[in-house]
Amino acid sequence: MYTQALDAKTEQGAQPSPRLVTEQEAALQSRFQERVDAEEKIEPRDWMPEGYRRTLVRQISQHAHSEIVGMLPEGNWITRAPTLRRKVALLAKVQDEGGHGLYLYSAAETLGVSRDELIGQLLSGKAKYSSIFNYPTPTWADIGAIGWLVDGAAIMNQVPLCRCSYGPYARAMVRICREESFHQRQGYELMLALAQGTPEQKRMAQDALNRWWWPSLMMFGPSDEQSAHSAQNMAWKIKRFSNDELRQRFVDATVPQAEFLGLTIPDPELRFNAETGHYEFGAIDWTEFNEILKGNGPCNRERIEARRKAWDDGAWVREAAVAHAAKRRQRALKKAG
Amino acid sequence: MDRKDWPLFEIFIRPKNGLSHKHVGSLHAADTRMALDNARDVYTRRGEGVSIWAVPAASIAASDPSEKASLFDPADDKVYRHPTFYDIPADVKNI
Repeated sequence: MYTQALDAKTEQGAQPSPRLVTEQEAALQSRFQERVDAEEKIEPRDWMPEGYRRTLVRQISQHAHSEIVGMLPEGNWITRAPTLRRKVALLAKVQDEGGHGLYLYSAAETLGVSRDELIGQLLSGKAKYSSIFNYPTPTWADIGAIGWLVDGAAIMNQVPLCRCSYGPYARAMVRICREESFHQRQGYELMLALAQGTPEQKRMAQDALNRWWWPSLMMFGPSDEQSAHSAQNMAWKIKRFSNDELRQRFVDATVPQAEFLGLTIPDPELRFNAETGHYEFGAIDWTEFNEILKGNGPCNRERIEARRKAWDDGAWVREAAVAHAAKRRQRALKKAG
Repeated sequence: MDRKDWPLFEIFIRPKNGLSHKHVGSLHAADTRMALDNARDVYTRRGEGVSIWAVPAASIAASDPSEKASLFDPADDKVYRHPTFYDIPADVKNI
């Protein structure tokens, strides 16, 4: 579903201090930058700066974890979807998110990390994932709001990633974006049904919008002045647009959609600026965002516990698969022998 | 972590008969049979293909990117590899 710029400037102190680069390394680096500037894609076995590799491993694995954890808030409603039509759609969407996680883990593995290492980082709580999935989904309208707003924000962020300089990541994003647009449409359609339903249903839709609006804006990450890696990631063409630029695009696209639904965006300062052609919006509460990143969101613990339980409960399946594969190999050998 | 026995497979899919299999990504599986089953679920949820190849990643021999220049020299000096190198009188047709 989504990748997020999670690294605020405070983390910069933790980065290794620049070391002396050899002449040979400097030549490799400038050749690398030339290739990136020329919009050439970088492939797994090509030379790349260590920082580029590290940044990609971090971003792609955080993105993969987000897809996997993102299955949880929506999975909560599969058994309680109000109609079969809504149920099959939600089931297909959650299955897609699982697939997206796998495409992304595959892309990360091309950079020399193992799948188990990455999953271990998620389960130990060391790895980060998108802040948005630490909010609860108490009503059915939340499923609509997630599809419309969360997937909408994700698409805004992910479409430029299809042109990312790292080949395997860009290719995974092309597949993901193609699948993601159904997610947003099913969410909006669901919101539309509620907004045009009984007064109680409309209230439910408004309540979901009230709760998901600000967290969706936070999905784009810290503002540009606060964002630690932006400039370097832009130079490496991992990132194409700044957090604030993407956030503005999302607001501009989404406000008219809310108006069509007859719902109110929960921001008294929101107004259209006819001169710039953009919507201006109120200040974002970054304390909430930072608390969630620290692990203190409403559902952080629950999400990680659910992932650990899934991993532990699946242990016998993984063992059985290995045993079964060994048995099949033996059988094939006997037949041949 | 206990999946040391699940090797990596590269997955190739033929979109339709008449076209070649194309690399789509990779996955881990206990054996080839499981790799095919999982590839079907992960990579063909929307009619992407009619045939799947699962190849153990360890079985792929790859050229070294640092030899790219020498291996894939565009051979611009070997103009005789192109049909326009040869002079044929204009009167000769269908050649």
